[in-house]
Amino acid sequence: MLSEELRSQVEKVDILIVGAGPAGMAAAIAAKEAGVDSIVVLEREEHMGGILRQCIHNGFGLHRFKEELTGPEYAQRDIDRVQELGIEVRCGTTVLSIDENRFVTAVSKEKGIQLFACGALILAMGCRERPRGALATPGTRCAGIYSAGTAQKYVNLEGYMPGKRVVILGSGDIGLIMARRMTLQGAKVLACVEIMPYSGGLNRNIVQCLDDFGIPLMLSHTVVDIHGKERLTGVTVARVDDKRNPIPGTEQHFDCDTLLLSVGLLPENELTQMAGVEMSAQTSGAVVDDALQTSAEGIFACGNVLHVHDLVDFVSAESMRAGKAAAEYVQGKNRAGRYAQVKDGNGVRGAVPQRILVPDGEAEPIQLMFRPANVYENSYIVIRDGENQILRQKKRILAPGEMVELTLKPEMIKAFSGADLTVSIEQ
Amino acid sequence: MKKVIVIGGGVVGCALARQLSRYEADILVLEGGEDVASGASKANSGIVHAGFDAKPGTMKALTNVEGAKMYEAFCREVDAPYVRSGAMVLAFDEKQRAVLEKLLRQGEENGVEEQRIIEREEILRLEPNVNPDVVCALLEPTSGLTSPYELTCALADHAAVNGAQFQMETMVEKVVPENGGFRVVTNKGDYLCDILVNCAGVNSAALHNQLSESKMTIIPRKGEYYLLDHQAEPFFQRTMFQCPSKMGKGVLVSPTAHGNTLLGPSAEDVDDSMDLGTNADILAKVRDAARLTWPGMTLRTVITTFAGIRAHGTNDDFVIGAVEGVPGAYETVGIESPGLSAAPSIAKRLGEQIVREQGLNEKSEWKPAPRREKPFYAMTLEERADVVRKNPEYGALVCRCEQVTEAEIRAAIRRPVGARTIDGVKCRTRAGMGRCQGGFCSPRVLEILAEELHLDPTEVTKCGGESHVLVSTIAQALQKGGNHNAQ
Repeated sequence: MLSEELRSQVEKVDILIVGAGPAGMAAAIAAKEAGVDSIVVLEREEHMGGILRQCIHNGFGLHRFKEELTGPEYAQRDIDRVQELGIEVRCGTTVLSIDENRFVTAVSKEKGIQLFACGALILAMGCRERPRGALATPGTRCAGIYSAGTAQKYVNLEGYMPGKRVVILGSGDIGLIMARRMTLQGAKVLACVEIMPYSGGLNRNIVQCLDDFGIPLMLSHTVVDIHGKERLTGVTVARVDDKRNPIPGTEQHFDCDTLLLSVGLLPENELTQMAGVEMSAQTSGAVVDDALQTSAEGIFACGNVLHVHDLVDFVSAESMRAGKAAAEYVQGKNRAGRYAQVKDGNGVRGAVPQRILVPDGEAEPIQLMFRPANVYENSYIVIRDGENQILRQKKRILAPGEMVELTLKPEMIKAFSGADLTVSIEQ
Repeated sequence: MKKVIVIGGGVVGCALARQLSRYEADILVLEGGEDVASGASKANSGIVHAGFDAKPGTMKALTNVEGAKMYEAFCREVDAPYVRSGAMVLAFDEKQRAVLEKLLRQGEENGVEEQRIIEREEILRLEPNVNPDVVCALLEPTSGLTSPYELTCALADHAAVNGAQFQMETMVEKVVPENGGFRVVTNKGDYLCDILVNCAGVNSAALHNQLSESKMTIIPRKGEYYLLDHQAEPFFQRTMFQCPSKMGKGVLVSPTAHGNTLLGPSAEDVDDSMDLGTNADILAKVRDAARLTWPGMTLRTVITTFAGIRAHGTNDDFVIGAVEGVPGAYETVGIESPGLSAAPSIAKRLGEQIVREQGLNEKSEWKPAPRREKPFYAMTLEERADVVRKNPEYGALVCRCEQVTEAEIRAAIRRPVGARTIDGVKCRTRAGMGRCQGGFCSPRVLEILAEELHLDPTEVTKCGGESHVLVSTIAQALQKGGNHNAQ
């Protein structure tokens, strides 16, 4: 129970948004534009923009703005709009807890402990990088091992180099971007080592960040040992078999002082779990419906905290839908209808949303997203309503590194039988 | 005033320095590592053993049981974590039941209290995640948990506020008796003292052999572990042992003092006492062995794997006392498990012996240990509101996984034996100890270290020596890169 003093400090807001990265900003803009005035955005960093601030390379905004922007430029457009709309953003403010009744506690240097009772809560905390520990990579625990994003922060925001001779483990996009960045900054990048037989990153990044600089991409290889007592002195790399076990005799040594890890991103859902929200093992994010609402009423999730995206453009689009839906929720616009469940079929991982409302009234188009579980060539994306095939789309190439986005048309949604929808990839 | 040099800033060396700091003596602790607790005290199971495992009549048995009984007060005095969580030794067949009965009798002989054998139903009620094939277990309610590095740091702080000096990154190369005292030759120069105490862990036998005719041998024994993230509801309430083997207590599954879950250790004799690398095959064995205790084991929340080295003496017992035939020299040799549990007893016994034999006088005033604020993560909302009002730096969360604030990181650096490195901050505050392993907080921790210690960011290290985190500014890198290309 709260003390009398604390209870008197509780702030009532219509919509509270956790995170002022691209997801939180887009959600705030959309909610405000949908007519909600009482909005507060909490951001733990000292600035808005999230991880875009350190993504100084270009390639952002092609879908949304039809032009190529750097990360900070992309972020600035949203920052400007947030400010123009007069949305309150509290930076340097870390959320400490949330619960299923949308009671939120946060802390900052300036305002101390802050308490919120909110009509709707939008979770936009983003994701974090998988650390070395999660891989249980053998070897010593010396200095010189960084997740790619941490290295990116040192180089792009702090202006320091973490090392000179670099091996990159994993071929996620941040690792690829950092291969180029470190090279341009005078470091020697020896190799990018990927345990899978395909890259986890976008094809354009392989071409522009590795191929253009002559950095070898070693597929079906991994780091099997890490050397160095104080600072890293080298790594041993070996080929792996089709079960991803290292093949003895294939080891090769690289002398390096730096190992960057780009081995996957994990939605950062510790707060989400505090609220007892139903989670998906496939996405590591919340289970949501087509309005991005979680299993807890009035709690919405969007962006990389929901599922890890490839492109910020899609984060923004998804988050705008969440902002609009949260606004409609606090405005009391009830969504009547029945739900159809979306299931992952063959070759499909983490289809979002997991529940689709078949409304009694007008339906609107719905974006369905998922990752292919493997690389598929000349295959079909198929959606079945029960046994009944309702969509079949040919795809020349599908890969885990590229998220698939489908639009479900209103007439298709209205026709759902109520059986489970299964999304699959078929040859 | 007599000069005392304690060689080794592990839990035993720091506990002894603290014990001696009650008396009129000029105490200097020489530590080879960059921080206290940089050897066996840093990487172990963190368990305060009840004392049923040691052979009756040995120093291990005596100091373990005595130490375990002192632990709660010991930790309270220096403000270090201690939980009396209890333990179980599991038996999976009737043959193992006989082993438990033997352990029970051994425990009784050692003076362990409250222990009893319990049957399957009770085990599963107390620990629902345990393998249902379990037949019976030895329940040890007096077993406990501490945080070994936090305890060691706290002991060092308490010694320091009472005048003990600590000098890190000081490797002792040679000890020579000289003028009724000793000359200690190190990489940082020579030190003279009247009283020498060897608490050098894996190096304690080598040091003993320099002084004494009788020879001792220590084999570095490596143990590898998995550390899992803390859960709202821990998988196990108690430390779960399997029946012991020749190589030690076997693989355990245990909660930590902070609610994480620990699996391990392996036990493997190695040549190099500095070799803290982990090995995939050995970790796989740890995993498989732990599965016997915990069939539903999930490694989805593994935070990290690590290795620790313990100083296994070939004589299989602790050697504690005066070095025979060398007046003024004392030692603790072969302090492997249950050394953490025994540390309070070892420090008290050896301390009292030194005081008696060397005629040290008690000080008129022995200052209490510096209090630490309750960690932010453990505070109630009211306490948090209060503390942020008093010090706004509590409002800046630096480590989001473990909820560590800027105020706590600065305080850890400003402690009497303060953090000097990223790992030093981690040990004292838990910043970087969580699921992201410092991915988010280490740049900020580095920045605060640089500020507090007046260092350039490139001078800040992970764990001392050459373990720099940043090698240059980006401008310097380009200059160097340019020169390199020109050649």
